[in-house]
Parts: sequence; structure tokens; C-alpha cells
Amino acid sequence: MPFVRLTPLLLLAGFLGGCNMVVLDPSGDVAAQQRNLIYIATGLMLLVIIPVMVLTVVFAIRYRASSAKARYEPEWDHSTQIELAVWAVPLLIIIALGAFTWADTHLLDPYRPLGRIDHATPLAEEVEPLEVEVVSLDWKWLFILPQYGIASVNELAAPVDRPISFKLTSTSVMNAFFVPALAGMIYTMPGMETTLHGVINAPGEYEGFSSNYSGAGFSKMRFAFHGVDEAGFDAWVQKARDSEATLDRATYLALERPSEGVPVELYNGVAENLFDLIVNMCVDPGKMCMSEMMAIDARGGLGLAGIHNTLPLTYDKFARRGTAVFGNEPSYVQSLCTKEEAMAGLVERDGAPMRDRFTPLAGRGLPRPGPSAMTPIRTSSLPDLLKNL
Amino acid sequence: MAVPTTVPVSPIFGRLTLDAFPFHEPILVVTFAVVALGAAALVGALTYFRLWGFLWREWFTSVDHKKIGIMYMVLGLIMFLRGFSDAIMMRLQQAMAFGGSEGYLPAHHYDQVFTAHGVIMIFFVAMPFVTGLMNYVVPLQIGARDVSFPFLNNFSFWMTTAGAIIVMASLFVGEFAQTGWLAFPPLSGLGASPYVGVDYYIWGLQVAGVGTTLSGINLICTILKMRAPGMSLMKMPIFTWTSLCTNVLIVASFPVLTAVLVLLSLDRYIGTNFFTNDFGGNPMMYVNLIWIWGHPEVYILILPLFGVFSEVTATFCGKRLFGYTSMVYATVVITILSYLVWLHHFFTMGSGASVNSFFGITTMIISIPTGAKMFNWLFTMYRGRIRFELPMMWTVAFMLTFVIGGMTGVLLAVPPADFVLHNSLFLVAHFHNVIIGGVLFGSFAAINYWWPKAFGFRLNKFWGLVSFWCWVVGFWAAFAPLYILGLMGVTRRMRVFDDPSLQIWFIIAGAGAALIACGIGAMLLQYAISIWKRAEYRDASGDPWNGRTLEWATSSPPPDYNFAFTPLVHATDAWADMKARNYRRPLAGYRPIHMPSNTGTGVILAGCALVLALALIWYIWWLAALSFIAMIGYAIHHTFNYHRDYNIPADVVTHTEEARTVQLAAVAAQ
Repeated sequence: MPFVRLTPLLLLAGFLGGCNMVVLDPSGDVAAQQRNLIYIATGLMLLVIIPVMVLTVVFAIRYRASSAKARYEPEWDHSTQIELAVWAVPLLIIIALGAFTWADTHLLDPYRPLGRIDHATPLAEEVEPLEVEVVSLDWKWLFILPQYGIASVNELAAPVDRPISFKLTSTSVMNAFFVPALAGMIYTMPGMETTLHGVINAPGEYEGFSSNYSGAGFSKMRFAFHGVDEAGFDAWVQKARDSEATLDRATYLALERPSEGVPVELYNGVAENLFDLIVNMCVDPGKMCMSEMMAIDARGGLGLAGIHNTLPLTYDKFARRGTAVFGNEPSYVQSLCTKEEAMAGLVERDGAPMRDRFTPLAGRGLPRPGPSAMTPIRTSSLPDLLKNL
Repeated sequence: MAVPTTVPVSPIFGRLTLDAFPFHEPILVVTFAVVALGAAALVGALTYFRLWGFLWREWFTSVDHKKIGIMYMVLGLIMFLRGFSDAIMMRLQQAMAFGGSEGYLPAHHYDQVFTAHGVIMIFFVAMPFVTGLMNYVVPLQIGARDVSFPFLNNFSFWMTTAGAIIVMASLFVGEFAQTGWLAFPPLSGLGASPYVGVDYYIWGLQVAGVGTTLSGINLICTILKMRAPGMSLMKMPIFTWTSLCTNVLIVASFPVLTAVLVLLSLDRYIGTNFFTNDFGGNPMMYVNLIWIWGHPEVYILILPLFGVFSEVTATFCGKRLFGYTSMVYATVVITILSYLVWLHHFFTMGSGASVNSFFGITTMIISIPTGAKMFNWLFTMYRGRIRFELPMMWTVAFMLTFVIGGMTGVLLAVPPADFVLHNSLFLVAHFHNVIIGGVLFGSFAAINYWWPKAFGFRLNKFWGLVSFWCWVVGFWAAFAPLYILGLMGVTRRMRVFDDPSLQIWFIIAGAGAALIACGIGAMLLQYAISIWKRAEYRDASGDPWNGRTLEWATSSPPPDYNFAFTPLVHATDAWADMKARNYRRPLAGYRPIHMPSNTGTGVILAGCALVLALALIWYIWWLAALSFIAMIGYAIHHTFNYHRDYNIPADVVTHTEEARTVQLAAVAAQ
């Protein structure tokens, strides 16, 4: 009889063992720390969840109407001790969980550059992170590697144990960039730039995809993420360099039109500042960059004359573009600068502090994070932790 | 359906053309045929049995809160069947579409299905259930004869119904939104969604939103101004307390939804740039605004059901509710905190760590009062005498289910954990865990609990038990695999999959959904059998469960005027207190009772709003103008309606109450 009872459990264990829970078994250090926090939070909450569930069942059975020996006190409705306990216990658990949350949210902020390669290895000073510029298009992923002058569609390779610094944006609608094995997700949004840091610790073939619904082709918006050794990475870069295709502005404008299930494509050579042009929505040479528009507006704008500086939209990336029934025809603002001036404006912006709006974690008694001090909260003893609060 | 790229707008039909009717989609044609046949049969039957006049006089135009409450529940139930068929379609698609198979739904159809499922289940199932329960129960619990504004109540119901009709119309004319249930721009903007889908979404919610907001105002006034003498706030039944908090949330948050949808429609109709990508628009503003409504919304849904569980637990444990005061404070704390957590729905959009941790921690803090509530139910059971009738079984199932949903909710509130779980099937499993385990289980508890009050007979227990077990087991079979899939990194709203190892979990989830379908079938059978054998299940006492609150003090179903004499309240559980003190019903001295008159204005105004919305969706400007003028005109006309009230003569009251005396004597003699 015990065996019969255990069968479903064993079956379940078999099923669970057979499936690859990538979120609980990631290959990147950031994702691993996020996983650890899932375990900690779940454990803390089970401290109260399990007693509640057990008590529910016990009380339901013990105090059933047909039970003759159970005590019955219809007027008993208050006990200060119990009230104190039922408010205090969840409160204490949330205080503990809140402390973890505050510290780990800061330590695992996607904008924060990494301080370590994995739990045992601090980041060496001289390591230069791999920079990847990510653009979500309808419905495929574009990766630009500015350090190598190459780009790829729906495929990305990264060397094991080298930090990766992603800058991300989108062309038409919102998506979310997510490689579960590597690190948490971050949204990609048109006209906006987000940042993500991660590192992959084990070689392998991983899956990346969009985790925010973005329209008809969303399901097939997947890419391969190769975790490879240095040699493998060099070979991949070389493969891209051998490619005949280059990603100039015209190629990009053709690429950003909606398409589904796009095969992997590698490009040798990328148009200058392409990512910044995409963020500022001015890859099309006649369009005014948003950075330019904001600079003009910051100086008081162009006045009434400014509203005449629009051009009707002859081309648009959307397959089907609606027109507001009572509004003007779709239009865009014509660029005022020469190409060189526009480029100079983008470059100027490059050094501005907005790119890394990350500020170091500061707190009383908390060592500043950096190569030498990673995840300080974990190594603290409980009294230290309380003192820091 | 092929979406026309540019649709000419004709002066007469707007952009409505024959292409808008999905003749070429077999699934929709068959659905339409079935719906049309069903509707024809219904209309035929109503005509044959000459019920139209009866329905119009006694139900559609009724301002009686009890009838309106029942109509809300019927609306919720009908829309539930629609929303559930969407769920089955998704489960089937996801179980099929593996290994290169595209499944049976193309993207255009599938994306509408999941959007409609979310919109319908929240706005037209959960909301009508909650509003219906509050409408029916609150006035009875506080010893009132109706709500503060009876006509407004009728109008609110019909506006909600008009919203439901608009969403249903999109099934057969045009398309529904393919944006997900909150229609985030830029996807819902004109650029990516130029056709009618998002317009159906906007106008469906706008029309229903008017109803919801007005009904919120109405119930706040009712609770604050119409309580029986002696019922101070801290003597109110806990369900009334949770209703009050819910309606405060409604009134404070629904205008935000209305405003954000107005901005979106301005973007779509006159080319403004609030939420566009360029020209200064900012889609993140929409995301913030809609969640400032959206997060209170989930507490709007769950709070009244917390009230239901409190009433049910106290009644079936035969005991006063443990910790009434802390229960009230917990409810109020949840109400306030629910405004401070909205950003946890988009931690992954790149807010800074300090912002994310603030909203993560406020979210966790909500679990403290919620946990206190859970303990209070637990200690109500302690040293009670628990009768396992159906409402109590649903409550225990809720307690065991909801704690898991609450736990995964707090887990998702930890930003770093959310970064790997957001938008995954883990999230989908979490919110179904709390909405089904909380809102639906609570609604079923409430239906089983108050049905005898509403109709004067109990529900069949056998089919209720079949439904209960199918639902509870089916729920876990359907959603436990989703938790696992979420941990496997599977994201939501996917139509096709590559990885064949996932398929088994989707098949298990599909089997769970099938079991839930059995549960729904058993539930409908339970209602049908109970109505059929109502003489057998008759409850003449008016108090079949040995209830504790005032609604059990009157007959079942209650007379139009609810109470011949307004009761005097001396304790929290007023009716239990009255019974304990050997309360005797007054048998003489009846006086005429002043009551509101029925009116068809609600139906007519909501009908105009429905036509206006459809005209705006299809760009039929002349019709929009006409229906708008008609609506304003009729509203002005209604202000000249002087037949707003009447008196139930004293002898009618006497007659009704004497019949009740005879009935009670017969019960006592048994």
C-alpha cells in the first residue's frame, strides 16, 4: 500500500528529473544568483506557508461537526497573543526577505557592471567586457559587436567567463531580451535604451528569445546563444568577417521590415553609430534624430516654424500603417543638421553620464562593491546584517 | 482573416465592409451558427411563452438590487462560458503546436483568443460576479431596502452588459485586439494595430467602465448612509466592510483606466502622440498609468471574496469570526497598500534598483495583512463545529490553494527573481492560482451560500461535490505544469514551440482544463437539477445555514422591500445576536413602504451607448452623432420622469408578512 501511495510522487519526481529547468539550473553567474534568491525567498515563506497548510487540514478534521470530543467555544473570538503572533510572524519573515530584496536588487541590478565571474572568481581589473548592442526587430534579433565591427541576426556567441555588457533597444514595439541560462530579462523599447550585464560560465548551446509579446511573429522570435571558449569565439568572429554582407543603413532599413522565422545572417562591417541611430530613430538619413530634436527643444524649440519642418512618410517599417482618421497623414521631422553634424551630436552624447546611470551601492557599513568585494551581504553575519539596517 | 491594409471609409457604413464578416474562418462560422441557433431558440421560446413583457417589466427595467444582482451573476456566468472556451482553445493550440506543427490557430486568431480571454475573464466574469454579489448581499446585510441610487444601479448593470456585447460583437464582425489584455502601446497604437481590434477593446472597456464606476459610487453611498440603526462601522458584517473597501478602490482607480484609454483613443483617432514612439510620446507612461488602475483592480476582485470567506467560515464553524477588528484593519491596510505596488508589474523595464526594491518591498508588505486574514480564518475554525457544506468546502480549498498563489506572488515581488520569472508561464500560473483559487472559488462558495436566500431553495449537494472535486483537481492539473514550464524558461503567449520535451506538460495542462470543463458542466447541471427539483430543496425558514448576519433574518427570497421593519442592530453578528436574545418577529403595525419605481431608461441609455461605441469603432460618424444626441436627449427626458417612486400599501405588506408568519409556523411545526 505505501508503494501505491508513493507512485504518483515517484512519477512526478521522474517527470521533473527529466525536464530541464533552466531557471533553476542556469549556466551564468547572474542567473545563478537570481536562482539562489528564489530558493531563499521560497524557504523563508515556507516557514509560514507549511504550518498554515498543515493547521488548515488539522483544524478541518479535528473540529468537524461529527467529531464528538472536540471542544466547541462559539463565543471565543479574540486572543491578543494569537493576534500578535499572526501579525508578527509574517512581519518578521517579510523583514528578512525585504533585507535580502533590498541588497540583492541593488547587487543584481542589470545596469550594474559585474564584479565577479562566478561565486569564487573576482573580476580581474584588465578584463574588457564584451560589448553587444541588441536590437529587437519585427520579429528577429539583431546583435552588433562594436569591438569587432560585426553584426548578426538571430545568433550570438560569447566567450565563457568574459563579462558581457548589453545595450538594448527596439525598432517598433516592445520586446524583452531573455536568455534564461545567462541572466534575467530586460525590456527592449523603441526610442529608449536599456542595459544588461551578464556572464556565461559554461560552454553550451543556449536559447534566447523575446519574453514580451510583440505581435504576430512573436513565437518564432528566437535566437541561438553559443557559450564558447576563446578559440570558438574567434572562429565565430572570423566567420562573420568572412561574410560578404555588410550592415549599412540601407541593409538595415530593409532588415527591419517585418518578417518571421528569419535564418541566421552574419555581417562583416556595420554602419557608423548604427545602434545610436536606431535608438534615436533616424537610420533613415532624412529623419531628425531624437537627440537632435531634444537638444533643439531644450534650447526653446523652433517656435511655430518648427511645425512646418515635417515631411510626409513615404516609407515606413510597418507592414500596415494606420492613419488617424481625424489626424494628419503620418509624418516625420526632417533633419536640419548635415550628416556630419548629426553624427557629431551622437558621438558627443556617447560620453555623457546617462549611458551608465548606475551608481555604486552605498550604505553604512557596507563595503563598496567592486572587483574585491562581491555580494557583501551574504558574507556578513546576522549581527552585522542587523547593524547595517 | 486577412486584414485589409487600407480600408476606405464610406460615409454610410464607415469602414464596415462585407470583408469584416469572417465567412472564410470555419471555426468562427461554426461558432456563429451555434450562437445564432441558440439565440433563435431562446428568442423563439421567449416569444412562444410570452415572456418578453414579463422579462421587461420584472427584470430588465427593475431597480431592485436583488434582481440586478442576479442579472450580474447571469451575465458573469454567460461570459464565463465564452472566456473558458477561449482558454480551451489556447490549451489545445499549445498542446498541438510542436515539432514544426503550426497547431490549428493562425497567429491572427490565436492572438485575439488570449487577449479576449484575459479581458473577458477580468472585466466581464470576475467583475460581474463581484458586483453582483455586492449588489445582492450588501443592502440585505445592512438592513436596507435598496441601494442609495436604484436607477443608477440598473443603468450601471446595462452599461456593463453593453460593454460585454461590444466585446462579443468583435467575434463575428471585424476582429478583437491582438495585444494582450492590457493593450500596451506601441503594439496597440495605430502603427502596429491599425484595424478595429484595439478600438473594440477601448470602447468595450470604456462603456463597461462607466457602469463599474457608477456602481462603485452607489455602493459606497449605500454602505455609508443606509445602514440600519445601531450598525456602526465596526458592527458591519465583514463582507460589507470588504465591499466598502472594494468600492473605494473602484472609485479611485477606474477613472485612471478611463483617462488612459481616452489618451490611447486620441492617439488612434486624431493622431496625438501620447504613447507613440516619436514626437515626444512615451509608451512607458501608458504602462504606468494602466497598472496604477490594474493593481488596485486585482484587490477589487479579491477583497469581496475575502469577505465571503469570512462570512462562510464564521457561519459554518458556528462561531464568531476570530479577530474581527484585525480583519477590518487588514482589509483597510490592503486597500491603501494596493496603490503603492503597481510598478512590480514591470520591474524588467529598467527602473533603477532603488525604485524596484521599493515596489518589491511594498508588495511583500501586503502579504502581512493577507497572512493575518488567513490566520484569522484558521482560528475561526479552531474550537468551532465545522459543517462541511459546499460553501465551507470551497473555503478550505481556497485556503489551501491561495497560500501557494500568495507565496509565488511574493516570490515574483522579489525583483531579481522576477527578472527570470516575469512574463513566464510561472507568472501565468501565479495569477490563475490567486484568481481562480481566490475569486472563482470564492464566487462558487458565495453562490452556494446565498442561493437559498435568493431563490428560496438549496442547491443540489451531489452535483456540487462533483463540480468541486473536478474544479479543485482540474485546477492543480492545469496550472501546476505551468509553474514547472515557467521554471523551464517558457514564456507566455507563445503560439508554437520548438522544444519537444515541453509537450507533455502542455498535454497535462490540457487534461486539467478538460477536468475543469467537467467541473463547469457539473455546476450547470447542479443549477439545472436544483431548479427542476426546487420543491424538494425548498427552504422555508429563510435561514438554512443558521446564519449570523441580517440577510438571514428575512424570508427567502426576500420581499421587494427586504424588511417590513428596519432592524435594530446591537452587535456585530446582528442576526446571531437577535436569535440568541430570543428575537420575536413583529406581527402587526405594518405601514406603507416607500419604494423606487422601475424604469426602462437604463436599458435605453446603455443601448444608445452601445450603438455609439459600435459607430465609433467602425467610423460611422452619422450614427455616432445620432446615438450620442439620442443618449443625451433621453437622459434629459428622464429628468422629467416624475413616476419615480411608489408606496407598497400597508395591507400588501400585512398580507406578505402574514403569509410569512404561516410559513414560519409550518417550519417550526416540523
